[in-house]
Amino acid sequence: MTASIRMLLGRRPGLALAAAAAIALAGLPIAAILVIAARGSADGTLTHLAQTVLPGATATTALLMLGVGAGTAATGVSAAWLVSAYRFPGRRLLEVALVLPLAMPLYITAFAYIELLDFTGPLQRLIRHVGGYTSVRQYWSPDIKTLPGAVFIMSSALYPYVYLTARIVFQMQSAAAMNVARTLGRGAFGAFWHVALPLARPAIVAGVTLAMMECLNDIGAVELLGVKTLTFAVFDTWLNRGSLSGAAQIATVMLAVVVGLVVAERLARRRRRFDVSARTIEPPRPMRLRGWHAGSAILACAAPVVAGFALPAMLLVDYASRRLGMLASPALQSALVNSLSIATATAIAAILAALLIAYAGRLSASPATALLGRIAVLGYAVPGTVLGIGVLIPLAAFDNWFDGQMRSMFGIATGLLLTGSGAAIVYGCTVRFLAVSFGTIEAGLGKISEHMDMAARTLGRTMGQTLADVHMPLMRKCIATAGLLVFVDTLKELSATILLRPFNFETLATLVYSTTARGAYEDAALPALAIVAAGIVPVVLLIASADSADLVRATPETVEGDALRA
Amino acid sequence: MTIRISRRGATAAMAIVSALAFSAPFAASRSPALAGEEVNIYSAREPELIKPVLDAFTAETGITANVVFLNKGLAERIAAEGRNSPADVILTVDIGRLDEVHSAGVTQPVSDPQIDADIPAQYREPGGNWFALTTRARVVYASRERVAQDAITYEELADPKWKGRICTRSGQHVYSIGLFASMLAHHGAEATETWLAGVRDNLVRKPDGNDRGQAKGIYSGECDIALGNTYYVGQMMTNDKEPEQKEWAAAIKVLFPNTADRGTHVNVSGMAMAANAPHRDNALTLMRFLASDEAQRIYAEQVYEYPVKPGVPPSELVASWGTLHADTLPLADIARNRKAASELVDKVGFDSGPAS
Repeated sequence: MTASIRMLLGRRPGLALAAAAAIALAGLPIAAILVIAARGSADGTLTHLAQTVLPGATATTALLMLGVGAGTAATGVSAAWLVSAYRFPGRRLLEVALVLPLAMPLYITAFAYIELLDFTGPLQRLIRHVGGYTSVRQYWSPDIKTLPGAVFIMSSALYPYVYLTARIVFQMQSAAAMNVARTLGRGAFGAFWHVALPLARPAIVAGVTLAMMECLNDIGAVELLGVKTLTFAVFDTWLNRGSLSGAAQIATVMLAVVVGLVVAERLARRRRRFDVSARTIEPPRPMRLRGWHAGSAILACAAPVVAGFALPAMLLVDYASRRLGMLASPALQSALVNSLSIATATAIAAILAALLIAYAGRLSASPATALLGRIAVLGYAVPGTVLGIGVLIPLAAFDNWFDGQMRSMFGIATGLLLTGSGAAIVYGCTVRFLAVSFGTIEAGLGKISEHMDMAARTLGRTMGQTLADVHMPLMRKCIATAGLLVFVDTLKELSATILLRPFNFETLATLVYSTTARGAYEDAALPALAIVAAGIVPVVLLIASADSADLVRATPETVEGDALRA
Repeated sequence: MTIRISRRGATAAMAIVSALAFSAPFAASRSPALAGEEVNIYSAREPELIKPVLDAFTAETGITANVVFLNKGLAERIAAEGRNSPADVILTVDIGRLDEVHSAGVTQPVSDPQIDADIPAQYREPGGNWFALTTRARVVYASRERVAQDAITYEELADPKWKGRICTRSGQHVYSIGLFASMLAHHGAEATETWLAGVRDNLVRKPDGNDRGQAKGIYSGECDIALGNTYYVGQMMTNDKEPEQKEWAAAIKVLFPNTADRGTHVNVSGMAMAANAPHRDNALTLMRFLASDEAQRIYAEQVYEYPVKPGVPPSELVASWGTLHADTLPLADIARNRKAASELVDKVGFDSGPAS
């Protein structure tokens, strides 16, 4: 630990201090939640919960996480592999379209499925029409408000996290490794299973982790679907039993489980390396598919787009078409501007913080530094409103302290400097989505051989210069992906924004929420579509403009070739 | 060298983008507290529902109403903001929430002869820390086709004759908790637990959806009776944008439970003055207005709630469902029993649906 601190501080402490500041700022709300949890009195809240809901809620949460983890991994990896390793008609289009579910807020997807499969939805209408039934009791139809239903919906909505990270890595991977595998007698699938997939493991894990954390923090979709996860217990304890500390205690336990899972996964791949350090990186050469092979590839890539995007979007368009008058409303326009500003600011902040924290982890051999950084980015595993409270309390305390100082020293009242402005939302969303940018950036950083660092340092670059001159150009695509993910997630973010926003400040998501809160989901269709539209533009730009060869061209030769030790 | 230049360029571009991105939210948040005649509202009520009343207020007084809508963490936010909190007036629904802001110490007592004359004593906190503005009854929606009886009691919902016929939203929702808390106050813990388990076993499915969804359940034939708030029926009946909801409403009739004995359970929406209200006078003007005939009538006509002010009638539509005979149980008793009610819901596994 001391050695690593010395190494970090070294001659150029600037980077180390910046990283420490980023970790501290990111960890502050989580620390606040821990303090609230510790303040709780022994009023029997946890005992009551342990005896009643916790066993069932824990099992439900675990099953949901496992199901969504498996679902997103299978969908995301296979789609990413198909568009990376093969050529087939429509591949370019599908490659972009596969990201679209990301633009759809999860609770909107859930709502859309409930509507589509409901008594008044098209499926049941058809069943009734064909069978001549009048009451729902006369026939069977699929029930989406179940645990398997939730797994399906959340997997359909969240697989792009895995798809995006896996796709980059598949396209960064050297064709050489695959060729070696093929030469050694593996078939196409064998080479994928034994070489490409294991090499992409950190990236896939990063994506799957995000999807699984979403199962923990989500309240909107699970509430609609009636799937009682631990997050329900958090809210019931806080709102119905007036025990914020009890709620914070459950959230803390959930957080501890996530830390445990992340650490266990890290330990399992300790001492393995995933970087690419062939002398020259040969771009992977996609294989052309024909006939029914091409047909199945198209089908396999189109199905997730239909399930996660097209179906819910159709429903939104249907509702919105009856409310086009709202388009002209100034409320919608200012909400759009607010959403875009907040999302842009958050994306930039989340990229910078993630770069610093990931880089500190790379430079420091100490597990303590790595663990601290890891805990600091766990805001995503906490229900948004609870995280919002964790942001609010320290920020407002700072505001009041600063205001007091300014009053006593200069007689100026500064009021609520941070919590009274959009700054609190940007901070809250950055903390919330740091896991998103961190996972992507860390996976990208891991792909760059440490020999590159050594070479740069030998050539006289400081650590900060190495990051800026060597790593960042190499990671352009990773950084863009991370920024995009945070941007789109912030557009959709609701719980923390609601709690932290100032007066007369609406975002698209809060517009959606204020209508859904009174049960009028139909009226939310237009702002919801605006979120989708605002999210689609950068998604399409990113995927369509980034030629996968970019990266390879940008990769200079490494000083020394190093055998892949996966 | 080229890398270096492009890096500077990138940094500059990034700085410009960040400056633009950060400036918008800051600009939008120019503190309303600094301007002239304004009043700041922290509202747990949906903006659409209070807009007609606030528009009328501004038209009459010239005071601009700034609203921030948040339905979770309202008390925590005001407490954290402390003496710098811009909140003047708190608007919220449910007796539990009113009780919560009071006990969190983020309200201040208001003693105003005009408000006290408008709002009956049973609908305000004795110290003036909160005032109810409207009431809503938790009624039974019953199928017009499949339910013959025109009277019902809450107790009867546990009767096995309803087995596989009842729909409701989550037992942990504030509206359900309020009803269960009133049952606890009337019947005690043991009887309420038996009752709640009985209702659970009569459910068609595990509780889900909102109150409108339950009406839809009756329309679809899934269930025969459901629990719901009165005003949703009015909103469904007048929903011109989704006319299908009129059909859901047409499939049900409203039964006021326990009309013959203790009366129907009602909950409230209400207001409170924030502890550090920076615009105290304007806040008082708003609170007086909300209790006045004019505001009470708007609530009745446009939101389909029951005005608390004696002499202001409910809307014709609401009146057409019958006369509300409200349970006279003090609201404080309901607030006191909420925690126990929430725990009871967990204990009997109400939200897991029928056990037998």
